Amino acid sequence: MSDYNFKEFMSRPDRLTPGHRMCAGCGGTIALRNVLKAVKPEDNAVICNATCCMEVSTFTYPYSAWTDSYIHNAFENAAATAGGVEAAYNSLKKQGKLDDNYKFIAVGGDGGTYDIGFQSLSGAMERNHDMVYVCYDNEAYMNTGIQRSSATPMFADTTTTPAGKCSAGKPQNRKDITEVIAAHRVPYVAQTTFLNNFSDLHKKAEKAIYTKGACFLTVLAPCPRGWRYETEDIMEVTKAAVETCFWPMYEVENGEKWTLTYEPKQKLPVEEFLAMQGRFKHLFKKGNEDKIAALQAEVDRRWESLLRKAEMSAKL
Amino acid sequence: MAAKVIRERLSGNEAIATAIRQINPDVMPAFPITPSTEIPQFVSSYVANGLVDTEFVPVESEHSAMSATIGASAAGARAMTATSSAGLAFMWEELHIASSDRLPIVLALVNRALSGPININADHSDGMGAKDCGWIQLYAESNQEAYDNMCMAFRISEKVMLPVMVCQDGFITSHAVQNINLLEDAAVKEFVGTYKPDQYLLNAKAPMAAGPYAVTQYYMEARRGVAQAMYDSKDTILAVSKEFGELSGREYGLFEEYCMDDAEYAIVIMGSAAGAAKDACDMLRAEGKKVGVIKIRVYRPFPAKELAEALKGVKVIAAMDRAESFSGNSGPMACELKAALYTAKMTPDVLSMIYGLGGRDITVEDMVKIYEDLMAGNLCCDEIPYRYVNVRE
Repeated sequence: MSDYNFKEFMSRPDRLTPGHRMCAGCGGTIALRNVLKAVKPEDNAVICNATCCMEVSTFTYPYSAWTDSYIHNAFENAAATAGGVEAAYNSLKKQGKLDDNYKFIAVGGDGGTYDIGFQSLSGAMERNHDMVYVCYDNEAYMNTGIQRSSATPMFADTTTTPAGKCSAGKPQNRKDITEVIAAHRVPYVAQTTFLNNFSDLHKKAEKAIYTKGACFLTVLAPCPRGWRYETEDIMEVTKAAVETCFWPMYEVENGEKWTLTYEPKQKLPVEEFLAMQGRFKHLFKKGNEDKIAALQAEVDRRWESLLRKAEMSAKL
Repeated sequence: MAAKVIRERLSGNEAIATAIRQINPDVMPAFPITPSTEIPQFVSSYVANGLVDTEFVPVESEHSAMSATIGASAAGARAMTATSSAGLAFMWEELHIASSDRLPIVLALVNRALSGPININADHSDGMGAKDCGWIQLYAESNQEAYDNMCMAFRISEKVMLPVMVCQDGFITSHAVQNINLLEDAAVKEFVGTYKPDQYLLNAKAPMAAGPYAVTQYYMEARRGVAQAMYDSKDTILAVSKEFGELSGREYGLFEEYCMDDAEYAIVIMGSAAGAAKDACDMLRAEGKKVGVIKIRVYRPFPAKELAEALKGVKVIAAMDRAESFSGNSGPMACELKAALYTAKMTPDVLSMIYGLGGRDITVEDMVKIYEDLMAGNLCCDEIPYRYVNVRE
């Protein structure tokens, strides 16, 4: 958005306020706090939260850390619930029973988004409710204790894909949820993470919230407990994810206009990202060189595919 | 003062849809499932033709139907949905959340057998599977009763802040066309009134948070609150029914007593098969037999005290369930009826009978035979402590 101003953005009051019970340095909290900065101070919002760390730690009865109206329903239905809230808004507006303006923001972790909530999400996107679904993606079911999800990268050590004598961690590649939702041809889909001064995240959040129709935002949100890095290193971890092209920063408009919003000057090898995290420690043992090569090949394949889409879009 | 009557011929689904049109709810998310599919179809056609203000949300599943209904209701809208069988089973998790969030949601349930084997016909296994979810349940014998219950449902729900299921039997009631007396649109609108929630999400002056994580110190009080509301809802159901009776001329209680004044042998039943029981009762009354029928309308809250009172003087009871709960003890209603009698220190013989599963027919002759067994003291059961009607063993 052309009128994005970092200072003004950061001076807006927090909508996810301190005092909640999320872990220190939790990526999810950083993601949501910053996404919600994009709601203009004069607008109201309803947050619809899937069951996850975010929900159990920010709305522990009788306390809420949210300044906006907030509803938690269940694990797999944040999108459907948000759709219902939006339908109520449309009905009451149409009947002249409501004056205020609202934005609808559904929030889920990768479990509630990629996996158990996928049907509800796909349905809500297809119906094109005027809402934003924000996935804070920490690449495993962290709330129940670091079990693999379809967002977990190949070879990650999780509690249901433990690395061991006969296992090198998760055997499968991760699902690309951003591309899957882009294929719904909704108005706006983007993926981002914490980089530099967060302007990429802020701009995408603002665009998602103020674009009419169903929009989707995936924010890579590291979990120090699950990824096993030192809490204070979070910005180095997300930077490595981006600079290795493990986590490309891009957006897709109407399912067809693919734009890279950040391109590393020099694409770093994926080891740079892996070596920072305990969940990939076993890959650096002798004899696992082929695993790192396989991961590198997958990162390259996906990056090349994305570049092709962006190039094609540039010709549109 | 009784309102003007409109005489019509409608199926149960048409009757429910007509009531929905008259109520004009704000939001209705729904997913089609036989035999309730017609209800969202009718509502969609009302929307398409500008007859209602309802936002119809064509969700991708029943789980999302109830999820979106919960979202809409919490947001401050009058919200409802309709379903059957597997659809209700798929909503099960959400049914508890709706009642725990104390949302005044109405669900039109067209009762159908649960899988498996898959079967689309009437029985109460879906409703019985949801009897312990904190929802008020109203059962109907006819399309007239289904219509009337629907007209009363939001009034009850919005007063006690518990969700309400309005149940009718699949096909037998939902698809069979019967004569019906409708109220005028304006009379229904006035009776139902405008919904003004106290607390709701879309209240910019007082933002609200719904659906908390409640730790051990709080969870039990939340459930206790639902239990109290359920217990107290009896008075509201009776008060709303009385008011509706004054408007329509049709009186409803927690259950209907048919020839029960001096009855010594009674059938207790719910839903459409009550008609066959009443016919059998009439035939035997003509022969001077002291038989009667109790048709339960309000299954939740279970009218335990009132049923026991109504069954005083009855020697033998057939408690007839159109659902198997595999308890190894009795049918689900029979279990609760026996508990109610025990609490009232009454010890009539109670024969638990399972009938009509998956739409299996039950005739007046079957009902006569059941009365004859009650009168003859033929109450023994073979392998299991209750009896099946019309089953191949």
